[in-house]
Amino acid sequence: MAGPVIQAGNLGKRYRLGQHEPYRTLRDAITKAVGGAFRALHPTSSRANHGARVPASAGYVWALKNVSFEVGEGEVVGVVGPNGAGKTTLLKVLSRITEPTEGWARIRGRVGSLLEVGTGFHPELTGAENIYLYGALLGMRKLEIDLKFDEIVAFSEIEKFIDTPVKRYSSGMYLRLAFAVAAHLETEVLLVDEVLAVGDIRFQRKCLGKMEDVAEAGRTVLFVSHNMAAIEQLCSRAMLISEGSLKKVGGVDSVIEFYLSSVDARFGAPAGVLATSPDGSVELLSLTPTDREGRPVQVVQCGRDLSLSVLLRAAMRLPGVSVTIGVNTMFGTRVALLHSAIAGQTFPLAPGTHAVVCRIPHLPLAPGSYILDLQMFSQDESLMWIPQAQRLMVESGDFYDTGKTPNPKWAGFFYLDQEWHVSTISR
Amino acid sequence: MILVPSGETTTLIRPARGWIPLNLRELWAHRELAYFITWRSIKVRYKQTVLGGAWAVLQPAAQMIVFGLFFGQLAGISANGVPYALFAYTALLPWNLFARGLTDASVSLASNEGLVRKIYFPRLILPASAVLAGVFDFLIAFGLLVVLMLYYGVVPSAAILALPAFTLIAIASAMGVGFWFSALDAKYRDVRYTLPFLTQLWLFMTPIVYPLSLVPESWRWAYSLNPMVGVVEGFRWALLGSAWALDPAVAVSVAVVLVMFFGGLVYFRRTERTLADVV
Repeated sequence: MAGPVIQAGNLGKRYRLGQHEPYRTLRDAITKAVGGAFRALHPTSSRANHGARVPASAGYVWALKNVSFEVGEGEVVGVVGPNGAGKTTLLKVLSRITEPTEGWARIRGRVGSLLEVGTGFHPELTGAENIYLYGALLGMRKLEIDLKFDEIVAFSEIEKFIDTPVKRYSSGMYLRLAFAVAAHLETEVLLVDEVLAVGDIRFQRKCLGKMEDVAEAGRTVLFVSHNMAAIEQLCSRAMLISEGSLKKVGGVDSVIEFYLSSVDARFGAPAGVLATSPDGSVELLSLTPTDREGRPVQVVQCGRDLSLSVLLRAAMRLPGVSVTIGVNTMFGTRVALLHSAIAGQTFPLAPGTHAVVCRIPHLPLAPGSYILDLQMFSQDESLMWIPQAQRLMVESGDFYDTGKTPNPKWAGFFYLDQEWHVSTISR
Repeated sequence: MILVPSGETTTLIRPARGWIPLNLRELWAHRELAYFITWRSIKVRYKQTVLGGAWAVLQPAAQMIVFGLFFGQLAGISANGVPYALFAYTALLPWNLFARGLTDASVSLASNEGLVRKIYFPRLILPASAVLAGVFDFLIAFGLLVVLMLYYGVVPSAAILALPAFTLIAIASAMGVGFWFSALDAKYRDVRYTLPFLTQLWLFMTPIVYPLSLVPESWRWAYSLNPMVGVVEGFRWALLGSAWALDPAVAVSVAVVLVMFFGGLVYFRRTERTLADVV
């Protein structure tokens, strides 16, 4: 067994914008179908016909372009990149769900792919029946499922409900059972897409543990995730895919660092107008973290007062304007929402430039990098939504006025004000 | 964890050009999946119904009674000496296998959109399993036929040995049409809306409520291009014994089935590779 297990050369996948062809009458469709059969009989003419059918104005988008890489036996490679970068398309092509438009790939060994956990479950069937159905869909033999059945049931922790139709399950139980089956898929090559983003934290840990077993069993794994911690924990190498092409391949740390810094680069000092509402009624000029005195700051300290200043220019009178700012981790988990209307404030804006300021006293966010989304409403109607509008850096600070700070590893997302006391119940 | 040894299987992925092989080996490798999907359809078919599997008999029985009343009694269509109920039922049996299979197969890709978009397997399994699941209903409905034959005292001849063959032809024609329609329905949902109308029309273009002999001799040839003509005539011939002779039109019809089946296979394979993008 020499050479790479997964090899890809100039893989490309082109989609037609809008996905579906414009609606045609059934008569057209049937004519086309009959034409298709004739083309099938004349392979040489089929290409030409195919090209001729495409209207010149049709828009195409390359979801994947010129992607070449190799993965060796037993390697666990993480695939990172922003949403819509082409990560899932790559897995779809490698798992043969869809055909590449150009290029080639060669995979040695049985391929298992988990693009979505639980697709294929039938709500009317019992848990036990679904184990067999889903197992078979993932490519397991009946014999294999027979052998692992007890293990799967035990892993899912729903022994009591195994003979109940899954439509009676809670969504958590449903996912646990689905993952339990998926986790027992033992192919030489495994393609996994963001499946750990499901279930409760404890079960996620258990799945991560199972994934680690997989990694240690010498299987070749391609693992797509937004969870950088999981990628760091499981993978030996990583690839960064962005805008359909492979931007960087290498050690996990260097790729993740490169990825995060490229996310940072998008927040370089914005000049002029950040965004304009579709109707042109309002422009967002800036979203700036400021200190108590209103001076822009790069970094804020935990425990200090923080103000987020939204500078906007209204072109007309806008009644009942409200602003929301979503606070997300670098991995996209929403940790907090600042919402002026919910906090009891809407502002009528006259034409002109205004600063809407949100003050957060005694900032409780744990140290780290955060990404802010911004949305603006006028009388409950959305004026604009700007995801990832600004970056916020929070550094360690003396939140508790004790000169002590929690270990960042255990701190969680927030520092909470807390009071402790002891009362003796008996002596 | 033990890895299941698989030998050296190598998968080559690249855009298909020109002729696409049917890849029967791949289908064979997924036979267990085909079994599970068929089993799933049978299992969930009559879930949460009071009558359950009895529906498989009730539907053709009701059709038989209605046809018997309107065409047998009121219109007085002659059934070449066979009791009209039996005459109708021997045709309705394969017809329902075909019509139900065709309908289920046609919508199978679009209704399993999630599977098609997220899991790899030969997509042919979906329409094929949809037809095969109907065999279960067919077998239940066959029970009533036995009762009818005992009641009317009709003894089948040795021709009954050909019945499995005609059943296979019925399955093949449902699949053949189903392959075409399912691939079309994945892209154009129009197909599913024409199905009820189409099957109804098709029913009257097949010698179910009337005998083939009612069709003028000069039209017989064109008429028998309908793949179900051969199946229905074959069923009557195999079941009704000496009372029924095999019409040569059956041969034309069976040939059409074969062409549609293999044509459907080829067309389906061509569409299959991008189904996940269009469904």
